[in-house]
Amino acid sequence: MSSRSEQLLIRAGRNVALILPVLFLGLFFFYPLFTIIRLSFANGLAGLLETLGARYYWRVLAFTAGQAALSTALTLAVGLPGAYVFARYEFPGKALLRAVAGVPFVMPTVVVAVALGALLGPRGLINQGLQTALGLAAPPIGLSGLQAVLLAHIFYNYTVVLRLVGGFWANLDPRLEEAAAVLGASRLQALLRVTLPLLAPALGAAALLIFIFTFTSFGVMVILGGPRLATLEVEIYRQTAQLLRLDVAATLALIQLVCTLGLSFAYTRLAARVTTPLELQPRSYTTRPPRAPRERLLVGATMLLITLLLGAPLAALALRSVLAPGPGTPHFTLAAYLALGQNLTGSAFFVPPTAAIANSLRIAATTTLLALSIGVPAAYLLARRPAPPGGRSGREQRATAGMALLDALFMLPLGTSAVTLGLGYLVALSVPGLGGLRTSPWLIPVLHTLVALPFVIRALAPVLRARSPRQREAAALLGASPAQVWLRVELPQIAPALAIGAVFAFTVSLGEFGATLLLARPDAPTLPVMIFRFLGQPGALNYGQALALATILMLVTALGFLLLERLRPPGGEF
Amino acid sequence: MRRLITFLAMAVLLVACGQPGASRPTPPPMITPAASVVPAGATPAAETRRLVVMTHDSFSVSEEVLAAFTARSGVSVEFLKAGDAGTVLNQAILSKNAPLADVLFGVDNTFLSRALAADILTPYASPALAGLPDDLKLDPENRLLPVDFGYVIINYDKAALEAAGLTPPADLRDLTLPAWKGKLVVQHPATSSPGLAFLLATIGHFGDTGAYTWKDFWRDLRANEVMVTQGWSEAYYTHFSGSSGEGAYPLVVSYTTSPAAEVFFSEGRRSEPPTGNLLVPGGSFRQIEFVGILRGARNEAAARQFVDFMLQPEFQADIPLQMFVYPANPQAPLPDVFVRFAELPSEPANLAPDLIEQRRDQWIAEWTEIVLR
Repeated sequence: MSSRSEQLLIRAGRNVALILPVLFLGLFFFYPLFTIIRLSFANGLAGLLETLGARYYWRVLAFTAGQAALSTALTLAVGLPGAYVFARYEFPGKALLRAVAGVPFVMPTVVVAVALGALLGPRGLINQGLQTALGLAAPPIGLSGLQAVLLAHIFYNYTVVLRLVGGFWANLDPRLEEAAAVLGASRLQALLRVTLPLLAPALGAAALLIFIFTFTSFGVMVILGGPRLATLEVEIYRQTAQLLRLDVAATLALIQLVCTLGLSFAYTRLAARVTTPLELQPRSYTTRPPRAPRERLLVGATMLLITLLLGAPLAALALRSVLAPGPGTPHFTLAAYLALGQNLTGSAFFVPPTAAIANSLRIAATTTLLALSIGVPAAYLLARRPAPPGGRSGREQRATAGMALLDALFMLPLGTSAVTLGLGYLVALSVPGLGGLRTSPWLIPVLHTLVALPFVIRALAPVLRARSPRQREAAALLGASPAQVWLRVELPQIAPALAIGAVFAFTVSLGEFGATLLLARPDAPTLPVMIFRFLGQPGALNYGQALALATILMLVTALGFLLLERLRPPGGEF
Repeated sequence: MRRLITFLAMAVLLVACGQPGASRPTPPPMITPAASVVPAGATPAAETRRLVVMTHDSFSVSEEVLAAFTARSGVSVEFLKAGDAGTVLNQAILSKNAPLADVLFGVDNTFLSRALAADILTPYASPALAGLPDDLKLDPENRLLPVDFGYVIINYDKAALEAAGLTPPADLRDLTLPAWKGKLVVQHPATSSPGLAFLLATIGHFGDTGAYTWKDFWRDLRANEVMVTQGWSEAYYTHFSGSSGEGAYPLVVSYTTSPAAEVFFSEGRRSEPPTGNLLVPGGSFRQIEFVGILRGARNEAAARQFVDFMLQPEFQADIPLQMFVYPANPQAPLPDVFVRFAELPSEPANLAPDLIEQRRDQWIAEWTEIVLR
């Protein structure tokens, strides 16, 4: 192949990589969003001005941003030691613990509230234990709404730090720190001046995702925070669902969008600047079993933390699902699980649990494939290295800024009000001719892909930016064809990041609830939707079935993780 | 490599298998209970006998009853469920130029005026209306026809009250006494329909003027540490002690039928409900649910047939155990758990739908100011 035609091919590939994701985003995100915003302001902009002028909403914005910043900082602080341990040490049960850490991400908030209540509530396990042990009259532990929210945010997002930062860290060459130590740097100095700067892009990516996620927090806020705490998302829901004040809701949704866009844009510009090219190393080379007592202590502490913080609430939930509630003493029973398979009231809307599992898995698998096939080309495109600062033409600078903006646009779906976008879909799809899409089995996976894309891109981009061209050049010099270079050198390097992206796409889809409830066909509910339905009715059996389904959701998720993580690219372990 | 390929192949297979409708030219029906499937070789004539009913998440009907309707009428029914009652109505209003469905079920008396004002419904004087009590018919033009009703009321945890040596209060205002401090859970009226109904009950009972208004009552409730949640599920399952959850509050705003549901869904382990209804004057609010035919319905004749069907005894008798509310038609027999445990309150609060629509936003804002700020 001549170099000219090769260049043309590369350019064509680049165009496809650009057009496909942009088209997807335009059609499935901006079009419905634009539709609902136009409809919301159909009667003029009075609502916009009124909302912008109300002090109350600025207070809500301040609280929303404040709690998100606090949640992000706390999650990073709690998660970083874990990321280090998972990056540097091999120990028994590592894969299982990593899977357990990811399960909270898919759990519906109602269920998490039940789990936290069963552990920490006034009549929960810990309080009752302490009361009996210490002979106290009142429960000693009482969480305020904000404390419960922060705890839940750490519970949900720990896995983001563990996977995004830990995954990147695992491929950093430990010799860099060792060299620093040889040159006389203390451990702290090596960490602060060598490791952390190299980790910065991955750290920033995790922080950005967690911030946006908690910035638009809804379920956690509504259920655990109590009615006095309100994020913008909660206000949007109130204004839309109950009051039908679409103009107020749309204004608040726009504020959310502007914040997300600004933050993502700033991150992208910064990440492109601080990235250092690295010789990424395979994981078999960077990890080892803990040897020194200090190392063992650190690994042990991390295992304990994951077990207690993330495992215990999940275990409490599973336990509740097999204990028969009163009257009488609690005893082991599978009644709730058995009832799942029976149509007790003869309802036309009965769905067996196997069907819900199949729905959830089908949607999650479709989402994963869609998100990868759109996210990977997009990540390649967005991660192209900017020209060195000195030799930049004005055109190149504009192109770099354009890419940063595009990158930020891909983060937007994560920071968009689910209520607003859901309504946008309904209105956009009620246009004659598009109605068929309303019942299409692709609709839900497409929606989930919008939310999954930021995770795929954020997982891949730091690795794509950091890989040094030298290994590929060496392979090419030794006679490897471009295809061979990609398959044998590049793919093994990016495979862990691909796996992380796939895991998150899968997770996002399994756990997504708001949009699914609004748009799923009643005969094809997912597991979270079924859990929600059972919790909408009084009675021990409904409660039991909800917990049983939540336990099934946990198992399905954990198994999915273990399976996804077993994927290894050809050409070696990374 | 082989493993990667195997996995991808499996994933593709899973995706392909799981989508029965993906390769079909027409959208698959949204729900296909066995008997309502259109016979094979459906002609365009059969196509016109398809009916779409838009409703909320809590709607349910027996498979048999629905199948009987389809067999009799030749109309196959699809259901479009899209969130709670308020969300569904808003969707119907937003899509009024290109209706998503033929029939809308689930508008209640708190939203009745909004639905009528939005002009999304067509009048239909169903002959079956003759069998229904007049006090349920709130729209003289018959754009919305009553189907069922229920009462929002406070449930109490029998065992918890007994253990604390308390007897259920005899008057709403007793809830502001020290004995009931930190004992009641209510829902936010802006996000929960029982929450709104209970607020309306207190407004109807205490009134806007006089020595002790509804605002005074809520001020006192706040001082008495009333717990507020956003939705019914969290109130009932995480804070109320009488359900299967681990809550600590013995009183919760729920429905008069909840105790009956506790017996019905106990797998025969309970013969008596663990909870009771707080039958105090003005302490309950009647929610009536309505059905209507959407303007621009593609299949108005079938829509009328379905509305008739919903008001006739067969469907009406199916209502209690499917949705745990009372049938509008007094001729419909009630199941045993209803007769024994679902008491009817004697003096529910009464507010006109017009007044509710006019003042709902203001009342909610005032309530929020008093109770939460």
